[in-house]
Parts: sequence; C-alpha cells; structure tokens
Amino acid sequence: MTENIRSFPGTPLSEQDFEEGKILFNYDELNGKFSWDTGIAIGSYLAGLKNGVILGSRCSTCRKTVVPPRTVCEWCFRPMQEYVPLHDTGTVNTFSLCYVTWDMKRLTDPQIPAVIEIDGASPLHGIMHLLKEVDPQKVHIGMRVKAVWKSAEERTGAITDIQYFKPVKEV
Amino acid sequence: MTMRKVAVIGAGMTKFVRRAQETPKELSWLATRMALESCELTLDDIEAVCMGTAPDSFDGIHMKGEYLSDGAGAWRKPYMRSYVGGGTGVFVPIQGWYHVASGMFDVVLVVAEEKMSNFYPHAQAAFLTIFDHTTERPLGPNLLWIFALEMNRYMTTYGISKEDIARVSVQHKRNAANHPCALLGDPDITVEDVLNSEVLAYPVQRYDVSPVSDGAVAIVLAAEHVAKRLTDKPVWVEGVGWNLDTAHWTNRDLVYPRYVEYAARMAYDMAGIKEPKKEIHIAEPYDPFDYKALHHLEGLQLAERGQAPQLYIDGTAARDGNMPVCPSGGLLGVGNPIAAAGLMKIAELFWQLRGEAGDRQVPGQPRRGIAQAWGDLMQVGTVVIMGR
Ligand SMILES: [Zn+2]
Repeated sequence: MTENIRSFPGTPLSEQDFEEGKILFNYDELNGKFSWDTGIAIGSYLAGLKNGVILGSRCSTCRKTVVPPRTVCEWCFRPMQEYVPLHDTGTVNTFSLCYVTWDMKRLTDPQIPAVIEIDGASPLHGIMHLLKEVDPQKVHIGMRVKAVWKSAEERTGAITDIQYFKPVKEV
Repeated sequence: MTMRKVAVIGAGMTKFVRRAQETPKELSWLATRMALESCELTLDDIEAVCMGTAPDSFDGIHMKGEYLSDGAGAWRKPYMRSYVGGGTGVFVPIQGWYHVASGMFDVVLVVAEEKMSNFYPHAQAAFLTIFDHTTERPLGPNLLWIFALEMNRYMTTYGISKEDIARVSVQHKRNAANHPCALLGDPDITVEDVLNSEVLAYPVQRYDVSPVSDGAVAIVLAAEHVAKRLTDKPVWVEGVGWNLDTAHWTNRDLVYPRYVEYAARMAYDMAGIKEPKKEIHIAEPYDPFDYKALHHLEGLQLAERGQAPQLYIDGTAARDGNMPVCPSGGLLGVGNPIAAAGLMKIAELFWQLRGEAGDRQVPGQPRRGIAQAWGDLMQVGTVVIMGR
C-alpha cells in the first residue's frame, strides 16, 4: 500500500492449529449474574402488562405517545407523567424470518421477530415482539396483528405476559 | 473558534484474520509500529494517544483501554479510550483530531484494535446485551434480528430487491481481493453466490454479512506546521461530525439513518462542501451488512433516498467509477474487527488520496474522500472527510 510495504503483520490461526494442539490457550467462564431494577416508567409498563394492558406515555407539549413509557420526553426533556393505556392491536412495521439462534444453532421453523406499531401510540411508535399462528411466507409489512396474552393467573408483569402477536382476521 | 489544521501523516495495520495468534496488545503494537515507521517517527515524538476499542465483554477483560495501553504506546502520556459502538473506528480519529485542532498537542497517535475471536464459541453472544434487559431480552433476540428488521423495512419501503443489495456484497468482496490484509476478498464472487448463500434471518443471508475478525489499525495525526515538515503528502482532516439518535429504536423509522445525515452535515459544513455528490470522490461508508452501505450512502447525502442501489447498477460505485464506494473492500471484504474496521477506512482514504493504494488505487487522482461508521443500537453516526 504505501507501495514499498509488501508484508503486513498478523498471524492467522486455523481450526486445524487447535485440533492438532499446536496452540496453547486458556479457557475460562466468566459468571456474571445481575438483578435489574425496572425503574419508574418500565415498572408501570410491567404492571400494566400484568393487568393485560399495554401502557404508553404521553408528552402533551410534543403531542407524542411513546411505547414503552418513559419518565422523560427525549424531544423536549420535560417529564412525561401521563401514562395512557394503548390497544393490544397494531401493524407490522417490519419483520424477519430468523433461522438461527443467538449461538448460531439452526432452526427448521423460523422465529418471526417484528416491530409492531401499537394502536394508540404515535405513528411509527412500536415495540419488538414475536409473531406466531401465521404462515411465515404470508407475513407482510402492514399486516394487522393482535396480542395473545397469557391468562391473568399466569401473568407475572413481564414482556412475555404477551406470548406473541397473531394476525387479525381482516373483515 | 479558531481550529488548527490537522493532517494524517502515517498509517499502519495488521492483517484482518478470523483468529490471530497475537494478543490484543500485540496486534495494537504491530499496527502502531507500522504507523510510526511509515512517517519515520518514534514514540518519543508522540504527545498523546487515543485508543478505540469495543466493549470489554468481547475480550473478557475489564478496563480494556488500560489493558491495551502498552501495545498502543500510551504509557506516561495523556491517554484516553473512546467507545461509541461500531462508530468507534471513525470516532477515535475525531478524538485525535480535536486533541490537535485545539492546540493541545502537535502529534497524536490514534489506535483501534479488536479481537473478536476471544469470545467463545461465537462473538454474537457478546452483542446480546445491547437489547433492553427487561423489555426485549426475555424474547430471546439475537443480533441478526435488528439488521434483518432494518433491512426488510428499507427494502420494502423502496421496493429494492435482494439482487440490488447483493451487488454491494459482490463489489466489496471483489475489491477486497486486492487488499493484502483482507479476510474475505474474492475476485470471482457473483450475485448468485450471495443469493444462494444460507438464509440466516430473512432477508439477511450469509454473504450479506461481514465476518467477525481480529485486527488493529493505527494512524498518526499532526498539526499543520509539523505535518509540512515531515511529509510532502499530508492528507488533511477537512471535516468531522458525529451524532446520536434515540435508543428507543422501535420508536423511529428504520428506513433512514437520520443520525448519519446530521453527522454528515456537520462534517460537510466544516469542510465547506455544498454539493457532496460532486465534491466527494471516494466514499467509505460503513458496511457490516451490504444493505448498510446503501443506507449510509443515503444518509451521507451521496444518493437520494431509496436510490443508492443505482450507484452499483450504473457503475458509479465501482473502483473506476465516478464515486468509488469502499475501494478498500470494506468490512464485507477486508473484515470487521469492529473499531479497527472503522479506522481501516480512514487508513484507506489516506493511502488512496496519496496515490499509494497499490492494486486498489482509484484512478483520476482523487482529491477528497469520506469515511463513516455507525453503531450502538443502530443510533450513532460518525463521519470524517479527508482531502489533499
Ligand atoms: Zn416532549
């Protein structure tokens, strides 16, 4: 490149180097365990989910309703104190058909993560969740979906209180 | 505010490899030594050191900046590590730039290093913690999701085909075949190869993605009076910009990277550039996925929204086109050791603008180039404009 330099440093290793024991290495597992506080806004969101309601928060200055709720409006930096119940229906903003897990194991039936714009929130404001009870080849952006909740007894105040979203039969 | 002119006067890099025998410190030292030798300086000439590297969790080493410091030549010098996710590699030269532009230092070393192979068995797991621990991680996400979601939104909004996007991967990997440090250069790869590669998370397929890699890059920055004494081919940092969008990524339209636009406008203003499409001769947008190069070209105002694929179709983006894109081979071809990959783009502009890029040289004596990186939760844009 600096044209007089012909060789660049760095020594690539191959899988074979490991299999043949040519390389010494040190293996260890770092064991981190955490307990996260929900905070004020997400605490309210989770309490809402336990009651079968998706909560958003509203800034009356910016006239925006966001989801999940938060304590401060990131646009005007005023407090967002008004929590509003939203609908449990929405529109698929985007989706993926995912055939691998986080550790790169293969899946035969894809997981279908999606961003779902929640009815009652401002346009383009959604949450990430999963789609099920749908033919993967028929999922499309703009598809109308509805939350499938766990039963009231099973709900714990977690995002997984919504098991998944499924298509709404268009009438 | 008066700012001093700052030049890049030297650059060095290691090969980008799947797994390096060298430790992170050793990689940093190899790149740093090469950068110093390229401008005939020694560590005694360096007044401060800026280090860019990704989260500590990649290496399983706490305070990685401090860990890397001897390899980066930082001891007994003003030293600071910066980190803005994938945007780090183009942010750390900005950090170096304001060290010099401010008048604080005359000669500053900028080093970026990443060793992703440490993470076992696969670095993907290191990315899981970018998702919100309470509202997202219980859904079992993986990193590919956000790229697949953004890519699908981009494609569907503008009616862009997978084939249009695959051309990016093909061109970058072909370009990388001429880069002596490249991990995935391939002069013969075709659009069909990309379209036939394994579907990981539709619309993302195997060859849409850059490889995790190990590597390091270093550059030397100098104030004008020093640069002119040391080289007759200084490459000036003409503009810098950086910007951050909301972390609530499901509350904004993924179709367009507004934060890249804001970062680019900041840099164009500083460089006095009014018409980027005419005044930028080489573009090195961040390309960890092929669609991201397109997305970023639009954010950089180098293509209209939804029109970036046209640059690859009509040859504008080719190495001998009107505005070559990623003549280095980019992250898709050279490799993606996160922070080092961004700084590789700065090194590429340095070599291209000096006419020293060897087999990769862009014809026509290019005068000005732009490098950009992107990161965090799809929310940070970092931009540097360089010219001679
Ligand atoms: Zn507000």
